[in-house]
Amino acid sequence: MMLETLQLLLPGFLMPCVDWAMQLGEDIFGSAWPDIVTVVWTVVKAMLIVAPLLGAVAYATYAERKVIGWIQVRVGPNRVGPWGLLQPVADGVKVLLKEVVIPTHADKAVYLLAPLFSFAPALIAWAVIPFSDFFVLANVNASLLFVMSVTSVGVYGIILAGWAPNSKYAFFGAMRSAAQMISYEVPMGLALVVVLMVSNSLNLGDIVQGQGRGLFAGMGLTFLSWNWLPLLPIFVAYIVSTFAECNRSPFDLTEGESEIIGYHVEYSGMAFAVFQLAEYTAMLMGCTLVSLLFLGGWLSPLSFLPDGIFWLLLKILGVLVLFYWVRATFPRYRYDQVMRLGWKVLIPVCLVWLAVVACWMLSPWNIWK
Amino acid sequence: MGSMKEIFNSLLLKELCKGLSVTGRLAFARKTTVFYPEEKTPQSFRFRGLHALRRYAGGEERCIACKLCEAACPAMAISIESGEREDGSRRTTRYDIDLNKCIFCGFCEEACPVDAIVMTRVFESHGESRSDLYYTKSMLLANGDRYEAQIAADRELDSKYR
Repeated sequence: MMLETLQLLLPGFLMPCVDWAMQLGEDIFGSAWPDIVTVVWTVVKAMLIVAPLLGAVAYATYAERKVIGWIQVRVGPNRVGPWGLLQPVADGVKVLLKEVVIPTHADKAVYLLAPLFSFAPALIAWAVIPFSDFFVLANVNASLLFVMSVTSVGVYGIILAGWAPNSKYAFFGAMRSAAQMISYEVPMGLALVVVLMVSNSLNLGDIVQGQGRGLFAGMGLTFLSWNWLPLLPIFVAYIVSTFAECNRSPFDLTEGESEIIGYHVEYSGMAFAVFQLAEYTAMLMGCTLVSLLFLGGWLSPLSFLPDGIFWLLLKILGVLVLFYWVRATFPRYRYDQVMRLGWKVLIPVCLVWLAVVACWMLSPWNIWK
Repeated sequence: MGSMKEIFNSLLLKELCKGLSVTGRLAFARKTTVFYPEEKTPQSFRFRGLHALRRYAGGEERCIACKLCEAACPAMAISIESGEREDGSRRTTRYDIDLNKCIFCGFCEEACPVDAIVMTRVFESHGESRSDLYYTKSMLLANGDRYEAQIAADRELDSKYR
């Protein structure tokens, strides 16, 4: 696996060096060498995902400020570096220099662990995300299920962050955020049930591949065969649940400055920044899932164009811009409205559409054979 | 029937799409940002910035210590003490403006019968401590000397409306 990939990626004259290194390792470590290679190769692959991901998270904050600035007829950050491109670096340095104020009666260990508890699951989920036909860290059978369960664990970070500082405001904020995230996992799950019904697989790679087939794909218009069109209501419901799931506007109750308190009121400095990182990582995760499940992942929109990872990145960027656009457009929901939308609108819509799609699949007009 | 239409519209997210189209169009509109240190917005000749005490052309200070400005000041930022000078005229011995208190309303300028206390166009003044923002008579007179040309030009422009 490793050697084939290296052959693809490295220029030819480096391959003898690789062969030589492999031979040397085998001479030194003997039979343990293949295991060592596997571990090192896995770590390298994980780094290949995590390092660009963290860069993307940093620049997602920059892109957000730019896009919202444009929509508000401003120019956005433009002072630090050319076009403000070093703004995330300046923000990072600033936040590192800030003091992490730990409240007196806080449970110190839990207080410091909580940001990690919300950040780590957001990162772990990327292990099973396929970026193209062959580039996936762990190609597990039920990767969709894995993503769902791991991102759910992020709620623990929120609950702990509300509990640890011993503050009633943080506690209320945490309860609300946790309730919101759990509520919106239901319509999200129902939407995913529809998706896996039509693609007949829990593997994200297979789900993407399945979208490349169909009537329109045969005509060369692949983008009309992606799940977003036949499952349009589910697509919309899924995006709305993603907004709520990531605590993004218009469901960003935790960030309402004046009217409400969030779970991270008692956090400052880097501890607070880790929550922000977690939020943006989860948001990128949400965008990626939308791209994979509904927008055909790395498949090209027209069949004569080559497939590739750049299509996936382009789609993620598009969904991300939609997130920013929505944030700059809609006012924030009140807490009871958030709950009402989740339970009284999205869940019924998803349930009805689940039944509709099920009937559709049993009918002679089934398009997902 | 009307309520059916409403439900239909809300399910189709009609209003949301309308809102998105407005903001989407604005994203490509001409930006109105003024790049402040390089670009500045035009100022009125009645701009109310940093205070200054003026002098007559001969160098005599205008202020006659009538204390009308002190009385007019709603923030009580001005403190004046007066006394007799050697030549027998009535002058201030102390004229302090605490810019921490000042709200830049311009009442002092309006109250002054001899155009002694005026507000300049300078708005980029700052202090790094509270005491930096406590302006004494000599500092105010120095301000007046420094910006006299601008002050006189602005009074000239304003004179026809007085």
